[in-house]
Amino acid sequence: MKAELILENGMRFTGELFGDEREVVGEVIFATNMAVGYQEAITNPASAGQIVITTFPLIGNYGVNAIDIESDKAAMTALVVREKCDFPSNFRCETTLDSFMKEKGVVGLCGIDTRALTRIIRDNGTMKGIIALNDMSDSNAKAKMAGFDESKLVMSVTTKEKYTYSDKGDRNVAVIDLGVKRSTLEELAKRNAKVTVFPADASADEIMAIKPDVVFLSGGPGNPADAPAVETVKNLLGKVKVCGIALGHMVIALALGCKVEKLSFGHHGGNYPVKDLASGRVLITAQNDNYVITGLADGVSEIFKNVNDGTIAGFECKRKNAEGVLFTPNGGKSVFQDGFVFDRFLSKED
Amino acid sequence: MPLDKSIKKVLVIGSGPIVIGQAAEFDYSGTQACRAIEEEGIEVVLVNSNPATIMTDRGMASETYIEPLTIEYIEKVIERERPDSVIAGMGGQTGLNLTCELYDRGILDKYNMKVIGTSIESVKEGEDRDSFKKLMERTNQPIAPSAIVTNLEDGFKFAAEIGYPVIVRPAYTLGGTGGGIAEDESQLEEILSQGLHLSRVGQVLLEKSIKGWKEIEFEVIRDGAGNCITVCSMENVDPVGVHTGDSIVVAPALTLAEKEYNMLRTAALDIISSIEIKGGCNVQFALNPNSFEYAVIEINPRVSRSSALASKATGYPIAKIASKIALGYNLDEIKNAVTGTTYACFEPTIDYVVTKIPKWPFDKFFGAKRNLGTKMMATGEVMAIGSTLESSLLKGVRSLEIGQYTLEHKASKERSLEELINRVATPDDERLFDLAELIRRGYPLDKIAEITIMDNFFLKKIKNIVDAEEAAKKLTLKSFDKATMLAYKKMGFSDRGLSQLLGVSVPEIYNLRKELGVIPVYKKVDTCAGEFEAVSPYYYSTYDEENEAVPSDKRKVIVIGSGPIRIGQGIEFDYCSVHSVFALKKAGIETITINNNPETVSTDFDTSDKLYFEPLTEEDVYNIIELEKPEGVILQFGGQTAIKLANFLDEMKVPILGTQPEQIDEAEDREKFDEILEKLDIKRPKGKAVWSVEEGVAEANKLEYPLLVRPSYVLGGKGMEITRNETDLVNYLTNAFKNDKKNPVLIDRYLGGRELEVDAICDGEDVLIPGIMEHLERAGVHSGDSISIYPPQNISDKIIGEIMDVTYRIARELKVIGMINIQFIEYRDELYIIEVNPRSSRTVPYITKVTNVPVIDIATRIMLGESLKSMGYKSGIAPKTSTVAIKVPVFSTEKLPRVEVSLGPEMRSTGEVLGVGNSFVEAMYKGFVAAGTTIPSAGSTILATVRDIDKEKFLPIAKRFAALGCKFISTAGTGKLLQDNGIEVQISKKISEGVPNVLDVIRSGMVDLIVDIPKKGNDVHSDGFKIRRTAAECSVSLMTSLDTVAAMVEVMESGYNSENTSVIKLAEVK
Repeated sequence: MKAELILENGMRFTGELFGDEREVVGEVIFATNMAVGYQEAITNPASAGQIVITTFPLIGNYGVNAIDIESDKAAMTALVVREKCDFPSNFRCETTLDSFMKEKGVVGLCGIDTRALTRIIRDNGTMKGIIALNDMSDSNAKAKMAGFDESKLVMSVTTKEKYTYSDKGDRNVAVIDLGVKRSTLEELAKRNAKVTVFPADASADEIMAIKPDVVFLSGGPGNPADAPAVETVKNLLGKVKVCGIALGHMVIALALGCKVEKLSFGHHGGNYPVKDLASGRVLITAQNDNYVITGLADGVSEIFKNVNDGTIAGFECKRKNAEGVLFTPNGGKSVFQDGFVFDRFLSKED
Repeated sequence: MPLDKSIKKVLVIGSGPIVIGQAAEFDYSGTQACRAIEEEGIEVVLVNSNPATIMTDRGMASETYIEPLTIEYIEKVIERERPDSVIAGMGGQTGLNLTCELYDRGILDKYNMKVIGTSIESVKEGEDRDSFKKLMERTNQPIAPSAIVTNLEDGFKFAAEIGYPVIVRPAYTLGGTGGGIAEDESQLEEILSQGLHLSRVGQVLLEKSIKGWKEIEFEVIRDGAGNCITVCSMENVDPVGVHTGDSIVVAPALTLAEKEYNMLRTAALDIISSIEIKGGCNVQFALNPNSFEYAVIEINPRVSRSSALASKATGYPIAKIASKIALGYNLDEIKNAVTGTTYACFEPTIDYVVTKIPKWPFDKFFGAKRNLGTKMMATGEVMAIGSTLESSLLKGVRSLEIGQYTLEHKASKERSLEELINRVATPDDERLFDLAELIRRGYPLDKIAEITIMDNFFLKKIKNIVDAEEAAKKLTLKSFDKATMLAYKKMGFSDRGLSQLLGVSVPEIYNLRKELGVIPVYKKVDTCAGEFEAVSPYYYSTYDEENEAVPSDKRKVIVIGSGPIRIGQGIEFDYCSVHSVFALKKAGIETITINNNPETVSTDFDTSDKLYFEPLTEEDVYNIIELEKPEGVILQFGGQTAIKLANFLDEMKVPILGTQPEQIDEAEDREKFDEILEKLDIKRPKGKAVWSVEEGVAEANKLEYPLLVRPSYVLGGKGMEITRNETDLVNYLTNAFKNDKKNPVLIDRYLGGRELEVDAICDGEDVLIPGIMEHLERAGVHSGDSISIYPPQNISDKIIGEIMDVTYRIARELKVIGMINIQFIEYRDELYIIEVNPRSSRTVPYITKVTNVPVIDIATRIMLGESLKSMGYKSGIAPKTSTVAIKVPVFSTEKLPRVEVSLGPEMRSTGEVLGVGNSFVEAMYKGFVAAGTTIPSAGSTILATVRDIDKEKFLPIAKRFAALGCKFISTAGTGKLLQDNGIEVQISKKISEGVPNVLDVIRSGMVDLIVDIPKKGNDVHSDGFKIRRTAAECSVSLMTSLDTVAAMVEVMESGYNSENTSVIKLAEVK
């Protein structure tokens, strides 16, 4: 079935619908790291509200399995590809991308000149888009896009109830779930942490009730200013160590009084060079962010810097015992990997 | 760290002659290294024995030495130039080994030199088996488990531990004799007991077989601060068991999930971190397709063929970055030259699919054993970029120039199902087509996957193409609507491929396509999948919505490249294309290169103003011309690949710069050319084109034997032979007409004279000959395989005058604008013309370097309308140099089982070296040394078998060898000749006379030089053929022409050695 992707600027791209075949509105971004890892991205809660263009043309080669998922439900709104693979091959492959997306309610559009689309987003910035099934007029499309509200995204993916992810460990970590990935929780638990996950709108008192050693704010979708956790963090700062990644780190930054702004087309990929300003080492990091810290408040210093565009990729505030990184650490323990960020977060030294 | 200011002068060692496994990719990386270092204001001292390279050009390095790549000569260069540093790993394994040797012998210390980039200690960790094993243990990396056993019981025990199948490799046997793969215990008993028996030391290596695992490569880079990145992952379509150089390879890896990908990426980066690589490194993995189990196969701590491929596939210049790291920079301090705004410290990401297909030499070596295995046999490769795997595969197939435009293959079609099944299980160069045929016949994919252990993903993609081909056969032009056309084009089908499937003409498809408005667009290769704007315009075609290649309104010219490296059309043509680009740039013209060879300088991202990485077929080239509308296209520098486009482009009314197609045709068409020679009264060996055996025999009687026979359409002397009697001729003709009834066979009288060759430049008025080259071996040896001497040593002024005269008249008659190559024979003081090529030839880089006449620059400017006079040249031969420079061919025949080794009319060499000296003998000495030929000395043993007609000529040479203290071993015939003449000789048994025979003598290692003058080549059953093959396989120097042998004895008599010869820099060649 044919369908159109209509952009906020009126441009239209026609493709073939797959996955869950329905009309959706979202924010159109492009991701450069999806030759591998599409399954993780689709199930990453931070992808909520996103219509994701994959720059790599062949998606779905190794199929989908039941294990490599970041959350039980799929958060991504839609996936736009050049070619989807209907005959995947991998020893762990259990189903095709198409049927997985159908089951998880993610809309797919294939047969698109994804490079052309990517260049449009690059040059014009992230914009809203709609995948329309029938002929849709510009005004109709515009109206529907205007109804897209990113402020509710975090609440749509966060846990409804507080829960214990791991009940043993010598560090007591309270995770504020802004859209946490399963692999992030695993990384924390792996480091001998007792992990309790709170809804994004949990209050400071609720969190402090478990007497955490560390409060950790996860990554997630949307604008950090919309996250209810900003106020919570303000109440936590100074009482407990607060750290975060991606959206979580921007929430902390806002609570500290830093300035956060929207990037033109965001950072969505796996190859962002980030310099650790203390060691001088450069890490290749994965990022999925539309926002970035553009101004530091007093007492807050930059600890990581993006080598390519110079954006702030990490900060610390010694006075308030808070820190965060823009990227999503993958957790590896090798010298070139970013797992030390978790070590640092969980460190007993302040 | 920024630039290390203590580095002032860097020694760069090249990789030497092109051989199989070490080809143009090292000219590409070496050239990049030289540029990257020089642009920092640091001097480069370059040593390389290969004159065909761009890196050895004047101006590429501060000082260039075209000298033998031996420790002795490199030390002489060091002594003279006193570089403070050396960079290892820019010259392939050769350069790396030499750097290690310089270090081991204390030469680096002696001259106070440091190794920049990856250290020798690091290099060594990955090199030999033992330290590699230790390194893997230390870094917790798995390798295929192995153990040395000395008895059956230990063998069984170890095999039970690691599981079958087990590879059995007896220690110290050549070429894997006595080894094999044991699938179970009973097979192990058989193979192992044999292996233990055959091994000199009673030792056998048992190794777990990982045959059939996925073969995955990572190109990784690390800087001095420890930052590391992955440039590219690559996946071999052929699983472990076929050498990666002989495998079809795709980039990025296409069948790995994130878990496997990151597991291997982490392993690769862990390894290079652990050994502290400072530069690039290639890591090869085998991955069990059914689990997360993997093994590290090997690491290469240097630039490589794979790094060249990765560079071209991503746009990330690995050699350049590695050089900058060696100079002290960290990755985050090096600009990404493709974007101009970002830094080298990131991982390239690509938004297309790259396919590399090897180019094998079996079209020339029809007798060769074509099975692909662990030893590489390909001479070159093509790379294709597409938006789908199908399109990049089909583009790759048509880039190979093997006449394939679809996967439907004549020979495969004629094979039975059983044959096809057997053939895909034991791959050879036609496996892709056999697979397609098997699929076409409905053989289940799962079954094929089981037999071949190839990933189903790739088989399914091949099936997609096959299905589309079958569907197309049912279509007509009328039923072809726009959507259908677009679908086929997106899948990568060419107009010619479609025309074959539909049974219509190519123009019909072309016209329909234009009518439907289906034209390609071009996308950029930008290292970053469009995230940043790229400034280096490097394009591939696809059928999609947006075109990124926007033609400029500048004056522009397209230079057509020469495609994959093959025997007869090597790196020399890339040299010419690149120099033409340089000349055009200097003239202020926008340069556009089209080529498909990832190993070359011409496809480097900053060589031309615009690069189209595309097949060199009529359609693919014309599409670009239609878009760019250049003021002209240059064909002369791209070898036959470019020249064969001439007629088509002419028909399409595309302006061709230089000699016009009509004249090209006159030179290429034998009859037309004969008419011209007749008209100009220029002699050529008498001959005729014949259409039948009978006609041939009759003609032969008129011409007299010996005769040179060849098919009429040839490249590099393919299928050419000298026949000395009627039986040979009838055999040849019968065979030839059986293979090809449509074309005649050419029969020429064979003149055993001296061969001479010129490359000349003509502007339509004047004709400049930069120099005359004299061949050492007499006519009958292909010009590409003979030793070539400049300036000529043995020809009279009269002949020189005639060469000038004939060249002048032919060039003017053919209205040559640009280059012409003419080959002559001087026979009994008469000059005969034997071949004319209306284009640049393989000797151009050589003659350019030794005469210092910028041949390509002049020729290109002439094509743009300048005249020789206006550039300060006039008709005539450029003044000859007093330095003698001798080009010596280098062969790779040891790598090609069952291929004839002797010199003949068919070209076999893959590369060349240069010997530079103050006299013929000195240059010859250095030429032999550079080519790796053993120069016998007193006490050396020469094995001689000489055919009857040459015995008389051999005798005086043999006497001279004997006088120098050499001993002889011969079989009966030649032995008797020597004995009768008082030369001491040990008689060895012929092969039929039992053991030990002459082959055992060669294998024993007691022979230093073999002189074997064959009666006739290519007869696999003859003793001579076996002797020559054994010589090649045991790396014993072999000479098959008495002219070469005579030169060798002269060299020995001269007493030249590495002590009393000196190094001469290119600037001193005068």
